[in-house]
Formats: sequence, C-alpha cells, structure tokens
Amino acid sequence: MIEHLPALIIAIPLFGAFIAPLFKKKQSIAAVWAILITAITVILSLMLMYQVRLHGIIVYVFGADKPTIVLPSGYKVPIRIMFEIDGIGAFMAISATLMSFVGALYSYSHVKAESGLEKYYALLLLLEVGILGMVLTGDLFNLFVFLEIAGIAGSALVGFRNYRGEASEAGIKYLIVSAVASLMVLFAIGILYGEYGNLNLAYISRQVSLSTLDMIAFGLLFASFAMKCGSVPMHYWVPDAYTEVPAGINPVLLVSTYASLYALFRVSFTLFANVSISLERVGWIMSVLGVLTMFIGVTMALVQKDVKRLMSYHAISQTGYMLLGVGVGLTVLHNSDALAEFGRTAMAGGIFHIINHIIYKSLLLMTAGALFYVTGTRNLNEMGGLARKMPITTLCFIVGAAAISGLPPFNGFASKFLIYESSYRLNPLLAVFAMVTSILTLASFVKVFASAFLGPPLEKFENVREVPRPMIVAMVILALLCILFGLFPDVVLNKIVYPAVDALINVAQYQSWGGLA
Amino acid sequence: MNGSIWVNFPFIVVALLLAIGFYTIGFKRNLIKVVIGIEILEGAVNLFLVALGYVKGGYAPIYTLAPPEAANPQNMVLPTPQALTLTSIVIGVAVSALMLAFAVNIYKHYGTLDVTKIRRLRG
Repeated sequence: MIEHLPALIIAIPLFGAFIAPLFKKKQSIAAVWAILITAITVILSLMLMYQVRLHGIIVYVFGADKPTIVLPSGYKVPIRIMFEIDGIGAFMAISATLMSFVGALYSYSHVKAESGLEKYYALLLLLEVGILGMVLTGDLFNLFVFLEIAGIAGSALVGFRNYRGEASEAGIKYLIVSAVASLMVLFAIGILYGEYGNLNLAYISRQVSLSTLDMIAFGLLFASFAMKCGSVPMHYWVPDAYTEVPAGINPVLLVSTYASLYALFRVSFTLFANVSISLERVGWIMSVLGVLTMFIGVTMALVQKDVKRLMSYHAISQTGYMLLGVGVGLTVLHNSDALAEFGRTAMAGGIFHIINHIIYKSLLLMTAGALFYVTGTRNLNEMGGLARKMPITTLCFIVGAAAISGLPPFNGFASKFLIYESSYRLNPLLAVFAMVTSILTLASFVKVFASAFLGPPLEKFENVREVPRPMIVAMVILALLCILFGLFPDVVLNKIVYPAVDALINVAQYQSWGGLA
Repeated sequence: MNGSIWVNFPFIVVALLLAIGFYTIGFKRNLIKVVIGIEILEGAVNLFLVALGYVKGGYAPIYTLAPPEAANPQNMVLPTPQALTLTSIVIGVAVSALMLAFAVNIYKHYGTLDVTKIRRLRG
C-alpha cells in the first residue's frame, strides 16, 4: 500500500467528493463524511512526508512499475503520466490536507443553517483534490488540469451563498481570472510541447534554453501564476473572493492560492532552472513584486471597515513576504557563496512563511467568520464589546493578530525574522519595506481588536453567546499550532522546511530520476 | 501555392483569435460578451494545440486497420495534442457553464449585466 501513497492521496478525496452528493437527505452526515475523508488525507500526507524524507524523491508512474520503461522502438523519452514528489511537494500537501480538515471541521457548525450542503462538501473535497494534484504532479498538462479543477471548485464555493448577489459577483471575478490564467498556462504548455515534444517537467527542464520561444513560455507561465497567487498588479480578485466565501472554506482557498505560488516557484526553479540561473533579474522581478505586493496590500487594508475584507488585504500583503523571501533566494541562485550565506535562509523564511501564514490567516478569517456568525454583520463600526461574550474567540484573535504582526513568540515572527535578516544582505531597502509593512499590519489589527472586542457592551448583542464547539475546536487547533510553531521553529524548519528549500535548489536531483534520457 | 505561408496560417489565426478574445474581455461591458471572449480565447488555444500536431496529408493516429503507408509514424498525425485538446474542451464546457450560471444569478440580483454597474464589492 505504501508504494501507492501518491495515487491514494488523490484517489481518496476524489472518491469522497463523488460520494458526498449522495447525502442529500442527511446533510450533517455529509459534513461528518468530509471531516473523515480530510482526516484520512492528513494522515496520508504525513506518511508521504516521512517517505520523502526517508527515500528522497518519489516518482510514481501511472500504468507502469518504474518511470524508465520506454517504447519498444527504443525512443527514450518519458511517455507516461507521473507524479514526482519532493520536499516542497510534500510540504504543500501537508498544508493542504491540514487546512482542508480544519475547514471541514469549522464548516460543520458554521454553515449548518444553509441548504445544499452536500454539494458544498463535495466541492470542498474537489478543491482539495485540485490542490493536491497541483503540488504532487510531475507533468505539465496534469498541472493545468488540476489548476482548472481547483479554479472551478474554488469559484463555485466563492459563489456558494447564491442568495447574495455579491457572492456571484466575487465568484465570476475569480472564475474569469482563473480561466484566463489557466488558458495562458495551456498556451505556454503548447509552446513547450511543440518545441520539445514532451510534457514531463523533469524532461523539459533539461532541454530548456534561452531561446525566444522559451522566454515567451516562461513569461506566460510566470505572469499567469503570479496572477493566480494574488501578486500585485492582479490582486483585485483576492479581497472579493476571500470576503464572500464562507469562512470554513477560507483555509482551503488560501492553500489553493499558495498552490499557484508553489507552481510559480516550481516553474522558476525547476522548469526554467537554466534560465533562472543565467538571468539574475528573474529573482529581482520576484523580489520587487513581493515588496510591492506587501506594501500595497497593507496600505489598502488600513482603510477597510469590513473585517473580512481587511484581513483579505492582509493576505495579499503577506503573500509579498513569500515572494520576497524566495525571490531573494532566486536572485543569488547562480552564486553558490551568497546562496549558502543568506539565499538559503531567505528561501527557508519564504517557505516557512507559507505554512505560518496559512495557519494564522485561516485563524483570523475564522474568528471573523465567528463574529459574522453571532452578529450577522461584518462592518467593524457596528460591532463592539464582544470580548466578554466570546472569550475563546477573543483569545484566538489575539494569537492570530500577534502572529501576523510578527511579534515573538508566535510563528509569524519566526519566518519574518529569517526574511528580514536575509533580504537585508541583498539590499537593505527590501528589509526596510518588510519591517514597515509589519508595523502597519500591527496598527490595523489593533484597530480591529479595539472596535470589535473592546469598548462598552452594546445592547443589541445582549444575547450573544460563544460560537458552537466544532468552530471553537477548529480555531483552538490553529491557535495552538501558531504558538507551537513559534516556540519551536527549529523543529519545523529542520523537519519540513529545509527539505523543501533543498528540493527547490537541487534541480539536478529532480531531473535525474531513473537516469532516463 | 507556396507552402510556408499555409503551414503557418493556423498560427496567424490563433494570434488573431487571441487578440479578439483579449479585446472582448477587456473592453466589452456586457457580462455575456465577456464570457464569449473567454470562449474565443479557449478556441484560440485549442486551435494552437491541434495545429501543432497536424501533419499535412497525414493519417489518423490509429494503428488498427491502418493502410500500409500509414504504418510509418511520420505519416501519422500526432495524437497527444488531440488528447490535450479534448481534455481542454471538456474543462472549457465546465468553466463556461459555471460562468453563465453566475451571470444568470447576477442578473437576478442586480437587474443588469453591465459590468460597470455590477460593483457592490469595492474599496
């Protein structure tokens, strides 16, 4: 069974997704079913990480024992669909499965009053399948297919509350962005296929050169994935989608955004390794995009009154940190001294920030969902004095807000510190912008805390109670993870983050499977 | 008839379709037309894929009962791009169905399909 782990981790949630619509009559069973399936995938992804750490890269081939089997005529190219799982793939798989589980648990109470829940859970599981497929695949066309699955399931969930016009508005915005982005990805795949006659990532990455066509394909892929991960010139869909989606889906939608970020890293580091190594400016473009993204995101967040919209702008701004960290690493990729000195640390910071941000931003968006659940509004000016009524939610919010502002000893500090100290070595200005952004983040979360939780208790919230237990459990799990990751960052860094960083840096290892071609 | 122009002809059409598609998405105000724009983009990409694998005067890539001169793979059309195109068409149907469903729902709530007026989410 263990050798079929990569197939099972896709097959089980896919099976779950197609069974879920059958529970039309008993919708709470659909919720329990989704929680069960996502819990299984969490275990599978942890096993996958263990296997990757034990044996190195796993190459799983559909329809053959090993990838090296070629055509009888002796034409030596990879011809089958394969999954290729290295450190960063397994890292993203853990993030995805963990967040799907927490999201399903939270949804159990949060959306209980809505109808059509069997479809909601089916889409949740499909979204998980899309993300897992994107991060595990070793085949370009597969990447496109899973990108589309995640895009369709994600936008259907954004528009889930179809009795609200705004939800449909946000949904179609997200869908148009993801449809255009994935069509351009397919176009780039077509160019690469026309040139090299293959779709395998490892195979193409050995052939890629600095020719014009390759540069066009690289530009298309880079722009499309930057668009889908909410980097600055194309960030406008993020606040709409995150605000309108039910809070239980927020964690999964966040991971699906970062699956595109993963694809961006994969394309820049593995597929176009030859180009990235010879052109320093690819890394600079990524770093500058990161700085712009974090600064514009946070300044937009400062003026928001809608609590979820405010947090969504912070999600854009935090994506900037990841782009900055990994961009610094990409800039010095050709220079092995600088890479060992600070490039590797910067990338570790950027990648560690992915999982940290997923954890604390999901926590914050869930507390916002809890506020919406009890008050029925998302407008900060109408809330107040909720701290006494909702002590656990308040505590979770404080943990999340401290983590996102980069205060020690929470997890945001651990990864931001790595990014500050390493981006300073490349250019001090980058680190200055990163720190200013952090201070502005703190400022806007102080505002949320003061207006929603502090102040005199309002009369209309007299009967407000703490939210139901499944929501509490989901929030407390994430709050504990925030504190644990902040207290013991070395454990996390050594166990899962540095393997992911080394997987990105060591292109040769990714390309060398089976010694084929 | 000179071969080189006609070999590249599908790619010129692809470029034109891409331009029309992007123009429609960017400058048309009716939501349905935006959806049509995305469909045109998809058509362009699909045409690009099919044109990549086409061999002039080639045979369908099926070995069973193939005529003897088709046995040489050089005379067969490349099958992979066709498989990719089929997959992409299926995905495209799902995307356009979902987009049209959103458009219907938006029309119900806003009473208009003008994208400059569907702007309750802002700031």
